Amino acid sequence: MKHESIEINAGLLIILTLVVISIGGLVEIVPLFHIKNTVEEVKGVRPYTPLELRGRDLYIREGCYACHSQMVRPFRDEMLRYGHYSLAAESKYDHPFQWGSKRTGPDIARLGGKYSDEWHTQHLIRPQNVVPESIMPAYPWLAQNELKYDDIEKRMKALKMTGVPYSLTEEEYQANVAEYGKEMADKLHIPNAKATLEAEATSRNWDGDKSRITEMDAMVAYLQMLGTLVDFKQYEQGYFASFR
Amino acid sequence: MTNPTNKSKQVETTGHVWDGDLREYNNPLPNWWLWAFYATIVFSIIYWVIYPAWPVGKSFTRGIATVTVEENGQTKEMPWNSRSQLIAEMQSSPAAVKQREYIEKVAAASYEEIFANPDMMAFARSMAKGYFGDYCAACHGQGGQGNLPFFPNLADDDWLWGGQVEQIQVSLQAGRKGNMPAFPNIQGQALDDLASYVLSLSGEAVDAAAAERGKQGYAMCMGCHGAEGKGNPMLGAANLTDKAWSVINIPAAGSIEEKKKLVAGVINKGIAREMPAFGNRLKPEEIKMLTVYVHELGGGK
Repeated sequence: MKHESIEINAGLLIILTLVVISIGGLVEIVPLFHIKNTVEEVKGVRPYTPLELRGRDLYIREGCYACHSQMVRPFRDEMLRYGHYSLAAESKYDHPFQWGSKRTGPDIARLGGKYSDEWHTQHLIRPQNVVPESIMPAYPWLAQNELKYDDIEKRMKALKMTGVPYSLTEEEYQANVAEYGKEMADKLHIPNAKATLEAEATSRNWDGDKSRITEMDAMVAYLQMLGTLVDFKQYEQGYFASFR
Repeated sequence: MTNPTNKSKQVETTGHVWDGDLREYNNPLPNWWLWAFYATIVFSIIYWVIYPAWPVGKSFTRGIATVTVEENGQTKEMPWNSRSQLIAEMQSSPAAVKQREYIEKVAAASYEEIFANPDMMAFARSMAKGYFGDYCAACHGQGGQGNLPFFPNLADDDWLWGGQVEQIQVSLQAGRKGNMPAFPNIQGQALDDLASYVLSLSGEAVDAAAAERGKQGYAMCMGCHGAEGKGNPMLGAANLTDKAWSVINIPAAGSIEEKKKLVAGVINKGIAREMPAFGNRLKPEEIKMLTVYVHELGGGK
């Protein structure tokens, strides 16, 4: 084909341009699908329980990711401030992941357990109540709105299609028992989801009001588990470096 | 460009013609640009050899660069990547080495030795200020002034769980769960009397007769707050006789009626507060420096 005939034929030029760009993209992306060992083998990472999952959905609904990243980078200053750097394995059940890149607020990848439930509730209702200099907007409706969870099974089924090991069948349930223990496997069983969520919401005084299941319950449950799944004391520092 | 300029006579065109008269010069690339381009190619090849780069099957080329790290007392070479680089930096960057020298000193010293040594105190204070800002200030405020009715003041001389270094250290390490049961059955006159008595303990100007009547009702509070209302740091039970209020803001309340209402609310609803444990998150020496800092904030005991 002569160069000139491509240059003067716009349709052909577009198609050939797309082909060339796709090759460039595929060469960059496809090999990563086959490199399994970039996801660290680490104990403790599990899917979200129903209440945490609803909290995560609210996190996305409210656009928290626009100001908060969930990715501690492997730098000394970040280790000293936030704790251990984030692992790929820690977000392997995140669809979509919430790494983010904008830190108007602090990184919250290791937020779980750092503050009390009451603090989170007060802070979300009006951040300036607890941190006067904060520029974070208030989310008072979280404490007022009843949590909608009649579709929790569908949400879990959708995630299951992407490879998150929620269980539907007895066989899948048993596999989860072997992997996460019975208590957790029960929480990850889709047919139980509604009852599990109700039990989780009332088992702990998330938002200071046990009589209702609010969006605040789910949000605090999610924030309090962030970054707590892996026990880093079990591993040598060099172990995680071997995956890079 | 219907009339080609002089320049077009000197420079060749590509030979392509659009719309009958549009031509394109075929100028050679400037040399500086061309050589810069070749240099980037050479750079990338050198980079591929030194650093992790190309996917190969299920793995990838790790490059020839190495990082020297220490593991279990032995030095070892690891392939370079941002994580091994970080390990080396945490171990042997100049800032880390200098900091460790002091941290080891503080870790080995007792609280008395730290308090007695201005050098160690200065270090502990400046380190702990950072930890305090990150972990404590969210609830207790930048200066430890607290945030009633939710989080107690650390900067006064009143300690719910005790203000000795050992007690502060336990609070930090294991957290605290403050729990006062609710007494919803106390209502009406009895509630008003009891609230009056509680306020009278710290010298509030309440009706003396009501306070006297409320003394009887106070019997069930004694288990935790003590017969004289001095509190019990083992249980986190507040001292009711000092003027420091840790769960309700009595000084800010205007009238005595408002004050009674606040106290009555606590009696009816109880208190459930929690301070998270930091034993898993902070290293022992970090907790030690933070203990020193918090102790100093409140004038300590």
